[in-house]
Amino acid sequence: MVIEFQDIHKHYGASVANRGISFRVEPGRIHGILGENGAGKSTLMKILSGYTVKTSGRILFDGRPVEYGTPAAALDLGIGMLYQEPLDFLPLTVLENFMLGQASGFLQSRAYYERKLEEWCRQLGFQLNPGLPVGKLTLGERQQLELLRFLTLGVDVLILDEPTTGISPVQKEVLFEALKRLASQGKTLLIVSHKLEDVEALCDRVTVLCDGAVAGNLDAPFDTEQVLGMMFGTPPAPPPRCTASLGSTVLSFEEVSATGGRAGLTRGSASFRRGEVVGLAGLEGSGQGPFLRLAAGLEEPLGGLIRLGERVMNGLDPLEFRRSGVTFLPTARLEEGLVPGLTLSEHFALAFHDRTFVIPWNEVTSWTEKRIDRFRIRGRADSPVESLSGGNQQRILLSLVPEAPIVLLLEQPTRGLDLESARWFWQQLQGLCANGTTILFSSAELDEILRVSHRVLVFYNGSIVLNVKTDETDFNQLGRAIAGKV
Amino acid sequence: MREKSETLKGIAVELCMSLGVVLAFTTAVLLLAKAPPLQGYRYLLEGSLGSWTKIAQVLTVWVPLTLCACGLQYTFRIGLWNIGVEGQVFMGAMGATAALRWGVGSEFPLLWLVLSALAGALSGGVWALLAGLLKSKGGVNEIFGGLGLNFVAQSISLWLIFGPWKRPGIASMSGTEPFPPELWLPSLEGWRVSPHALLFTVAVILGTGRLLQSTRIGLALKAVGGNVRAAPLFGLHAGRWMLLAMVLGGGLAGLAGTFQVTGVYHRLIPSISSQYGYLALLVVMLANYRLLWIPFIAFFFAALNVGSIQLPMMLQVDSSLSGVIQGALVLATLLVHGWREKAAERRDAETARRAGGERHA
Repeated sequence: MVIEFQDIHKHYGASVANRGISFRVEPGRIHGILGENGAGKSTLMKILSGYTVKTSGRILFDGRPVEYGTPAAALDLGIGMLYQEPLDFLPLTVLENFMLGQASGFLQSRAYYERKLEEWCRQLGFQLNPGLPVGKLTLGERQQLELLRFLTLGVDVLILDEPTTGISPVQKEVLFEALKRLASQGKTLLIVSHKLEDVEALCDRVTVLCDGAVAGNLDAPFDTEQVLGMMFGTPPAPPPRCTASLGSTVLSFEEVSATGGRAGLTRGSASFRRGEVVGLAGLEGSGQGPFLRLAAGLEEPLGGLIRLGERVMNGLDPLEFRRSGVTFLPTARLEEGLVPGLTLSEHFALAFHDRTFVIPWNEVTSWTEKRIDRFRIRGRADSPVESLSGGNQQRILLSLVPEAPIVLLLEQPTRGLDLESARWFWQQLQGLCANGTTILFSSAELDEILRVSHRVLVFYNGSIVLNVKTDETDFNQLGRAIAGKV
Repeated sequence: MREKSETLKGIAVELCMSLGVVLAFTTAVLLLAKAPPLQGYRYLLEGSLGSWTKIAQVLTVWVPLTLCACGLQYTFRIGLWNIGVEGQVFMGAMGATAALRWGVGSEFPLLWLVLSALAGALSGGVWALLAGLLKSKGGVNEIFGGLGLNFVAQSISLWLIFGPWKRPGIASMSGTEPFPPELWLPSLEGWRVSPHALLFTVAVILGTGRLLQSTRIGLALKAVGGNVRAAPLFGLHAGRWMLLAMVLGGGLAGLAGTFQVTGVYHRLIPSISSQYGYLALLVVMLANYRLLWIPFIAFFFAALNVGSIQLPMMLQVDSSLSGVIQGALVLATLLVHGWREKAAERRDAETARRAGGERHA
């Protein structure tokens, strides 16, 4: 199906997300939509998938103008969208999720759908256990399931929103193979991304959006400089590594075991020095999550010792960790890090005005405004946090970090951020590191880890399989370790 | 977009629609009961607001209802459903009675009245704390815990009335031996309501507002209620704040029970709470969890309760008609509110589309 956007506008109140977007998407090809955070790509895709209604403009399918306003109506027209967070039912099994929406009638033959699921999996090279609850799957597997569900519903056009965010390199490869196969079968694929490497590896054509408008269309092979130029004006330089000299040991794990996540942690030992930046690499769910939560005191170890300086921290509650200078920024910002419903001011009052009983709201507001300025947050003191974009929520989290934390733990800190935002984020972190803060962060991007950290820990199936200085390793060694080959 | 339904006009429209639904429903019920509806409404009105004595009666109901509803503000703010208010009122009444029994014949009745209030608040608070601990330590949902404790509290009160605290000679449903008048909360000449209780309740409303609006307690309750998982990152001990909210809510419910003993019945009776605990839940829901509305809605509910008392005599209609109206009102309000929200969303989408169309035509 040929999709044509003609002069699409979308206003949210006074703010404009799309201002006159026009371009054409051909069938049988993988079309990338590139742009930094807030460029308007998600909005445009939400319009196409019926999730929101455009303010003006026309959408044409095969030359015919179409009007619809719900995801169900879009699905009837053959359009399905995979969101970053799959819209599935966690307590149900893979098979039950698969059957939802397509099985009709009172008696549903599970065997029939199990065969059907198996067949699709084989066709696309996916491996899904039909009996497993979806809550136990990795993000990548949930994405595969969602993809299959849409295909069985007979969609012609598939929209994928940042499909490689939060999935492992292996899953990414499987996904890319599947997408290429689907394109060759004549499906129209739209990939929303701000990751150049993904787009370069996958797309036949890209449309670059900048500030709500089309900055240009390019065909493969892409010229990286040109694409970056369209996205940002000038290409950003990668963030430099922090060069502070390392001090004494501030945090150590001795043979620590714990449950949590998919793999838990098995007899993990490592120590971290003052001013050190350490990247935690590994497939999602290999033990990095529990490791960070153990270090933050949010989970309790089953065995082993966790020390902050000389002090054994086992069994102490998270508030004691926090008082001792440990700060944790989770990746699920709205679920774990911020409080939906509270304004920015209220967050700052919570974090920084814990000594006074009556809150000095005037003081808090002016303090909040200063922080908004300093951390370049796009929002007002009285905006509820959930009304801000993901990138801005991440900035709020960073702005809530106490003045000079001893240990800063970050879970996938740049997930979902565009290059410019990620670069800015790391500049801030390196300012902290220069003042002696030890930074531990997990990331799915090996590039990022190699660029900014002094040392890398590689997790595989709950164990730390590699602990190496960044200067003494390379992409290949890390890649092998991530896959369990040391 | 959400603010739209919060404007004065929006609220007025919703109120009128809800009242219309309730009026239609209640009229239907009255017709089914073969009672003349207009007469019924007249008796309701006259029976509650017809004279100063009636209004004073309404206020005696208003005090415990408002106290319970204010207490529920704390627990709702942190996301807990404190169904156990009813039992906390019972415990408060028992705590107050226990204190007053000590004070019979004392030379300082005022001291004992103050002590009874403290004992009442403490008993209600401890009873709520129990529900909170059941949740935090035992993993028992506070709704089930509270409901269970309600029955326990009621049973204890019956046991006390028919056992250790029974009237000399004979145990009776009419309750324990009345206290001597010097242990009654003083009321004005000809009024049955105590000005102290009224003033105290007003102070509680103002204090609750201030506490929730501008102190760390209010902010912490809101934060934990908004996202339990983020609480430790802000240095908040979620479990402890939940217990504090329960204790505050239970304490106020306990004071409501105290007032029932010292200000209204002057003894412990089996139905000392008059179900004000459950009614307060309806008040808070109808107020959409907003403190500002609570005193007014509580007054309206109290008026319905008092007004319906004479219905059986005048019209041979059961006095539970007030319950029918109260329940229907809450349901109708929730319904109208939800319906209008949906309509507003649709309208917003439509105007946005049209405005955009004109701009780019």
